[in-house]
Amino acid sequence: MSKRRVVITGLGAITPLANTVSETWDGIINGKSGISPIDSFDISSFATTFGGVIRNFDISQYIPEKDAKRMDGFIHYGIAAGCQAIEDSGIEVTEANAERIGVAIGSGIGGITGIEECYAVYDKSGPRRISPFFVPGNIINMISGNLSIKYGLKGPNYAIVTACSTGTHNIGDAARLIKYGDADVMIAGGAERCTTSPTAMGGFASAKALSRRNDDPQAASRPWDKDRDGFVLSDGAGVVVLEELEHAKARGAKIYAELVGFGMSGDAYHMTTPSPGGEGAARCMKNALRDAGLNADAVDYINAHGTSTPAGDVGETQAMKAALGDHAYKVAVSSTKSMIGHLLGAAGGIEAVLTALSIKNQIAPPTINLENQDPECDLDFVPNIARNMKIDVAMSNSFGFGGTNGSLIFKRYE
Amino acid sequence: MSNIEERVKKIVAEQLGVKEDIATDASFVDDLGADSLDTVELVMALEEEFECEIPDDEAEKITTVQQAIDYVVKNA
Repeated sequence: MSKRRVVITGLGAITPLANTVSETWDGIINGKSGISPIDSFDISSFATTFGGVIRNFDISQYIPEKDAKRMDGFIHYGIAAGCQAIEDSGIEVTEANAERIGVAIGSGIGGITGIEECYAVYDKSGPRRISPFFVPGNIINMISGNLSIKYGLKGPNYAIVTACSTGTHNIGDAARLIKYGDADVMIAGGAERCTTSPTAMGGFASAKALSRRNDDPQAASRPWDKDRDGFVLSDGAGVVVLEELEHAKARGAKIYAELVGFGMSGDAYHMTTPSPGGEGAARCMKNALRDAGLNADAVDYINAHGTSTPAGDVGETQAMKAALGDHAYKVAVSSTKSMIGHLLGAAGGIEAVLTALSIKNQIAPPTINLENQDPECDLDFVPNIARNMKIDVAMSNSFGFGGTNGSLIFKRYE
Repeated sequence: MSNIEERVKKIVAEQLGVKEDIATDASFVDDLGADSLDTVELVMALEEEFECEIPDDEAEKITTVQQAIDYVVKNA
């Protein structure tokens, strides 16, 4: 139906590597790890004691401290990345365009640390001490809500919640709103903060999802390596500004890449285990290719989900082969999670940021810690060193608990 | 009394994020930028500080720094 095209005109990032897009990208292409021991609570009795912790973050750069103390940290990270993306895009919100600019920034889990803290207050002092800010300070759509209030963004305002596919689904769905004509600009992505939460760390550990490489945290996230033993839980946010192409051109905006395809699927198999052969993920990638109107052999680079779990990495490898056929062996595939860990609901957001930069800069980020490649994972995973290469079309994958999958396809814009 | 005034003003400053000197007759909403949720939390903080329980119908009448001081002097 619609011929409206969507481009990326702004980027924002808070990651374990750095609290800006440029410093994060610099760390990524230099193969640096942002993983470190968790020190926000006593984690000594936990099976996993490290994660992707955000350091030296100052929310007062973005919003007044009075407002900030009434929100969980995941909202801080989302607001910060959102502000960065909006500033980067150079978009000016006016009375004329405010209703055409919306926000869709989700989170996988939301304010779990804030919920824990409030329960402790209730347990100690009873219901009269529960803050009136408890609910609005911890629910997932409040990044979108607070950003809209800060900038006066009166377009669609929502937050999709789909575990580790959250960021990807928010971006893909927001782009469709632009294509459909409901908005001209959407601020979209995801944010997460779980390393500060004992129950989140304990829950993922109990599910046997986390790496236990406590003696060497920076080597723990090692997608497709034989010695991988689980993912590394990380905090942060990744947000993009999506904009209708003519709207972006009319104001002379810089364009990182075009978002040409979005696909989704459900595994319908198991709560946490990927479907056999990566069948669900493969359908998701195919759906994205169909939406983009591209053949599999058009894909140059894939920013994989690649979480470093034993089953997930094999499943995604099989899925890429099922979706791309023999071309899978010619695609450069990397997992930036090897450096920043798994940002859960923010993963698709930050990985969209990094994929857009991969296209803009014509560089495939490396997969670090890939020392002994698992024979079951036999694709070109750009081991350890970033690669200068032609990237016209790139895909970004996200798969989540519940068997919820999302793939985005980006194209070089000239 | 002056001690109570100082403690009340300190709590108001913390809760409402006020950096400047707070006038005793300042209104939470009109002068110090509080909204309805701010005032609920402010009353909670006063209860905590002065180890008292302020009933909702009394709390609604506390709209200025002076009224908060008066309530504490009378009831805490």
